[in-house]
Formats: sequence, structure tokens, C-alpha cells
Amino acid sequence: MDSSTLLGLTMLAYLLSTAFHAGQLVFRSKGAGLVGLFLAVLGLLIQTAGIGLRWTESYAMGIGHAPLTNMYESLVFFAWCTTLFYVLIDFKYKARVLGMFTMPLSFIAMAYASFSGHISADIKPLLPALQSNWLIAHVVTCFIGYGAFAVAAALGVMYLVKLSSQSGGTNTYTESALPALTELDDLTHKTIVFGFMWLSAGIITGAIWANEAWGTYWSWDAKETWSLITWFLYAITLHVRFTIGWTGKRIAWLAIFGFFAVLFTYFGVNYLLAGLHSYGTPG
Amino acid sequence: MSNARSNPIVAFFASVQLALFLLFILAATSIIGTIIPQNQPSHFYIEKYGEQAARFMGILDFTDMYSSWWFLALLLLFVINLIVCSLKRIPQVLKLIRKDNLKIQPDRLQNMHFSHSVSYDEQTTPQQIDSFLRNNGWKPEQRVFKNGILFFSEKGAWTRFGVYVVHLSILIILTGAVLGSSMFANKVLHRPDFAFKGSMAIPETQKNNRVFPFGKQTPIPLGFTVRCNSFSIDYYANGMPKTYLSQVTIFENGKPVPTMEDIAIKVNKPLKYKGVTLYQSSYQPFQDFLVTVKKQGDNDQPTLQKQAVIAPAKQQKWQEADVSFGILNREISRNITQRIKVWFSDNQGKPSIFWVAAGQEASIERPTGTYTFTAKQLYATVFQVTKDPGVWLVYLGCGLMLLGLYIAFFTSHKKIFAYLNMEDQGCTLLLAGNTNKNKVGFEKTFQALVDASDELHH
Ligand code: HEM
Repeated sequence: MDSSTLLGLTMLAYLLSTAFHAGQLVFRSKGAGLVGLFLAVLGLLIQTAGIGLRWTESYAMGIGHAPLTNMYESLVFFAWCTTLFYVLIDFKYKARVLGMFTMPLSFIAMAYASFSGHISADIKPLLPALQSNWLIAHVVTCFIGYGAFAVAAALGVMYLVKLSSQSGGTNTYTESALPALTELDDLTHKTIVFGFMWLSAGIITGAIWANEAWGTYWSWDAKETWSLITWFLYAITLHVRFTIGWTGKRIAWLAIFGFFAVLFTYFGVNYLLAGLHSYGTPG
Repeated sequence: MSNARSNPIVAFFASVQLALFLLFILAATSIIGTIIPQNQPSHFYIEKYGEQAARFMGILDFTDMYSSWWFLALLLLFVINLIVCSLKRIPQVLKLIRKDNLKIQPDRLQNMHFSHSVSYDEQTTPQQIDSFLRNNGWKPEQRVFKNGILFFSEKGAWTRFGVYVVHLSILIILTGAVLGSSMFANKVLHRPDFAFKGSMAIPETQKNNRVFPFGKQTPIPLGFTVRCNSFSIDYYANGMPKTYLSQVTIFENGKPVPTMEDIAIKVNKPLKYKGVTLYQSSYQPFQDFLVTVKKQGDNDQPTLQKQAVIAPAKQQKWQEADVSFGILNREISRNITQRIKVWFSDNQGKPSIFWVAAGQEASIERPTGTYTFTAKQLYATVFQVTKDPGVWLVYLGCGLMLLGLYIAFFTSHKKIFAYLNMEDQGCTLLLAGNTNKNKVGFEKTFQALVDASDELHH
């Protein structure tokens, strides 16, 4: 069995997990949610094996490197981080419905990696500039942060859904299945804090890598600048909460808004703006 | 913030609203430079955006916005805001930390976020409470009150400074950035060699001791000389470049520096020497060839060697060994010379003519002896040369930032109070506690303490 088969199975597991999570709300069935969680865990295990296998495959090809060096691999890793994050939160805080909001993201990332015409799944050797342990540290830290921000945005959406279903007056299943507003608010904040820490580490390791490779730790290239913009947005989010006491709906919107900045940093810069970063180059 | 006696200017610069505004404006304006290409020649903007728009962009410095006066002014304002705000709050935090926590009305402890009281029929001595708290990891201070004794212990009081470590780290990073910028070296210190970024090209076998700063015409002397001994490119099987490798030797006062002979410089593996860093950044192929010829020695003759740079289709004479050689033709693919057709003569009989792969040694048997011949395309290696005396501060600041974020987010200040109220029959122990963060985690700690207090009399 090769890694692409395993990653294909992962995509299937994430699709089914999404479907069962949706079924949980549509058919008001706790059992469906449990199956959704099970599928997410199963997918995560298969994906972990798939990533590991891809790593060994690259060594078998004589061009060994960690599978974190192009758009395809980064998307796979993003899906892995997001799913892991969801599963951990589910175990710790019993927030199963979260899967309804995060598993689609994991599935879309896997599907986009596999089917987009822009993205090649081939294992390619590393260009000289990418042969650095700082690159690995950079990708890992950034994507743990991105995974956390994805989950924070999902929690923000849950907050808004819960809020609107509450104000709707009728006691719907959706409303009762979602955790309490204060709990969602608290989780959103915690997740943003966690993501902020990792995004900071991601920007720092990226700067060190750039300095080792090119002799400039900051060159205001589009990707760098957008990561800084994203960092500013989350810094604003932390400060409005901590210093002027914003909570609830506003933080939920900021979590969603911040994630759009993450997405733009990740994709928008590659496809819409020109920059140094190699992920965007087709092929 | 609530400090009423401060003057309005200080209040303005200390305000969090200003900080939020500045963070937002910095984020929003930064977008401009990611949409408009930066630092292009002026005709680029005229062609792309038209005369009118290009002039407008020029006036507002949109074409080099991150070093424009208004962007730097925003950053400066941000820095002042950060300093004033933090300076104003640090004394308050210090006051909080130094506060005498035992100066409290014991009956108000019940209002704390966590509190629990137990009564015992027997008397309990203060020593028992003291060792009970110590056994559970709290080192208490105590004070005697009218009816009882109050114990207090805290952990992580200094974690309140985490936020200020983060704020300070930002200032340190920006200081490092200023110190390492060529703008500061040129305009403030008037010493361009204090900090610079530039490039330096060195053809193989040659030396260079000057660097041309980016965007400037006057070179900066390095203070030492770099010789490029060789440059080579290694490829993967699919044709992608694998390694760009320069071997260099550093010279001072005309002599090679002993520890700096034949040092490898690769992408991601720069060479640091005397505060200057050389990065492999590019290369230029030449038409010429770098040729090495050796004449194998025998019993009474030593081996002779000659290295020469020769142009294609030019003949070269080597007096010492009395031979001539030249390159007749070459085979190029992927822009690189792959094979070379060599002409070699020792003036005895017909000259040798043969193909050899670039960079590979060919052995030639001639009436006058055995020769080896190697030819490779001549390259110039191109280094980015950086002198950045501020980078250590930037790295220090980055480390501090992560440390500060960790402290600010994941550590907390925890307080525990225990009030032992002596009564005629037995006593009452009131446990109370609070934390500024992670109430859930603290609840477990507190509950464990409460559970342990049950054991006091068993
Ligand atoms: C991008 C720049 C900044 C970063 C990364 C940053 C980071 C932080 C962090 C991590 C916290 C702790 C928040 C929490 O515990 O949830 C904080 C708090 C705070 N920051 Fe900043 N900050 C920045 C800029 C500023 C500026 C310019 C000001 C100036 C007014 C400021 C004022 C404050 C204040 C007043 C607090 C609350 C402190 C307290 O009451 O304990 N920050 N900041």
C-alpha cells in the first residue's frame, strides 16, 4: 500500500465523518455524532500512517525529506492539525457538534490537495533553498496555528448559530446540541490564544529560516506581510477582549474574520499576489 | 488607565484605544505594499498604472511604503504607545505584587471565588495548619488576628509580568531592526560599513574585497578579501538543482587566514566572518574554461601542474612542460556545458583530439609522458553579503516574545488563604483561594486542598 492510497482513504473518512456529523443535527441522533467522531479518529490514524509512509517513500527515492515542503503536503498537514484539534477538544470538552463545523474544512483541504489542477501530489526533490530544518519548524508551527484558527472560526460559527437559534425562541435540537454560549466563548478565546502562540512561533521560525537562506529575516514580501497582518488582527482580538472586555458575538466574528486573513495568507497570496514563497508555483 | 492625575498627553499615548487603532491602521496600510509591487523603476509604474496614478503613488511613497516617512511614523507612534502604556502600568503591577495580602478582614474570605470551611471538635494548632499547607505545596506566611490566625500563600505572582515581557520583546526586536538597517548606518551614523546588504560576484580562482550595497553605486570595502576557489552545481536525476556550492578562502593582508581556507558556502549554509555573512545567492556562467593540466612525474622529475582560464577556440601554451592545448568544441544542454572537445599537443607527432565530460579528468599518453587534463566551465559565484549588527537583538526579542506569550497565556497567579478560627469547642478552618486565569485548573487544585483538609483530624 502506498501513501496516496492511505491519504485517499483519509479523505473518504473525513467526508463520511462530515456526513455523520451533519446527520447528528438533521436526524437528532447522538449515535450519528459518535460515528462521526469515530470516523474522524479513524481518518486521523490513517492519515498519520499516510504522512509517515510518504516520508519513508521520499527516502526510498533517494530524496528524503519531511513531507512538509509543498502546497500538497501543507494542505494534508493542515487537515491533520485541524482534525487532531477537533478530536482533542471533543475528548476534553465534549463539544461533539464542533465536528460538524471543522470536519468539512479537513475534508475540503484533502479534496482540494488531491483534485486541484494547480497542485501536484508527486514527491519532488528539494530545491537548495528549502533544504533547512528551519523550514520544517516553520511549516509545523504555522500549521498548528492555522489548525487552531480554523477551529476557533468553527467555534465562532457555532456561537453565532446558537445565538440565532436561541433568539429564534423555539427550542430546536441544534440549540440543545450546542454547548452553552459562555462555554463556546471561552473555548474560542482559548483556541485563539493557542493559535496566536503558534503563529508567533511560525513567523519567528520563518524569519530565522529566511535569514539563514538569504541573509534577510524580513523583506516585506507579500506572504510575510500578510502573516503579519493576520498576527495584528489576532493581537487586536486579544486586546479588545482583555482590555475593553469584548466577548461573545464580537469575538465570534473576529475569530471568523481572522480565519479569512489566515486563508488569504495561505492561498490568496499565492494565487493573487506575487511573492518569494515557493508553495504557489504550479507543479 | 484610571489614573486621573496624569496629563492628557500621557493619557493619550497610554490609551489602549490608540493601540487598537494603530494595530488596525498598520494592518490595513500594510496591504498596500502587497498589492503594489515595491521598489520598481519609475517607468514600471507609469506603464502599469498610468502617468497620473504613478505620480500619486510616488507622492505617497506607495512604491516603497515600508520605509516611507508615514509608515515609519506610524511605527514610531506605536512604539511610544507601547512604552508609555507599559511604563504606566508596571508600577501598578508592582504594587499588586508587593501588596500585603495578610491585611484583609478574615470574614471577607468567604466572598472569594473559591472558599470552603470545615469545623473540628478538637483544637488544631497553627503548626498543624502550617505543615498541612506546606505538605500540599504552599509555603505560607501567617499573622495573628483577634480570634484566629490567617495563613497566606501564593504562586506565580510574577507571571503578571508576562504581558510586559511580550511588549518589551517587541521593542527589542524593533531596536535590533533599526540597528541592523542600512538606513540607520547611512543617515544617522554616516558609516555605511556599519550595516549593509549587498552583493558580490567573484569569478572562480579570483579575489574580491568589496561589496556593492543594493541600490547604490559606491562599493563598501569588506576589510578582508575573499577568493572563490571553485563553484559547482549538483543536479538531481530529474534535472532540478540540488546544491550550489562555493569553496572560498579568506585572505587578510595578502595571506590566507588559517581557519578560513577552502570553506564551503551553500544555500542555507552561509559563512560568517568578522560580523559579515556571505550567502550563496546566485551565479554567472562564463564562456571560458578553467583548465587543469598535470604532467605525471617519474623517478627524477616531479609532477608539474598548471591551472589556466582559457577561452574556447584559443590555444594555450604551457612553457614549463612544453605543451599546448585548447578547446575546439563543446556540447551544451540545460544551459550548461556537458562535454568538451580537447586538442592537446606536446609538439611530438600528431596532437591528441578527444571528447571529455566537463569537470572529468582525462588521461593522455604522449611520447613525452603521461598527462592528465581537466576542464570545466568557468563560473562566477554571487554572494549576498550582509552585515547586520542588530540581528542578535532581533533573535533575543523573538525568544523573549515566545517566553512572554507562554507566561502571559499559560501561567497564572494563584492565591490560597487559610483562616484558623479558634473557638471554645474545637475550631473552624476556612480555606479560600483565587486565581487570575485558568479557573478550571485551579478548581481542581483547590478541591484537592479541601479534600486533604478532611484528613487533618484522622
Ligand atoms: C503587536 C503588538 C502587541 C502584542 C503582540 C501584544 C501582546 C499582548 C498580550 C499577549 C497581552 C496579554 C493578553 C492576555 O493575557 O489575554 C497583552 C495585554 C495588554 N496589552 Fe498588548 N500587545 C501588543 C501591543 C500593545 C500596545 C501597542 C499596547 C499599548 C497601549 C498594548 C497594551 C496592552 C495592555 C494594556 C494589556 C493588558 C495588560 C494587563 O492589564 O494585564 N499592547 N498584550
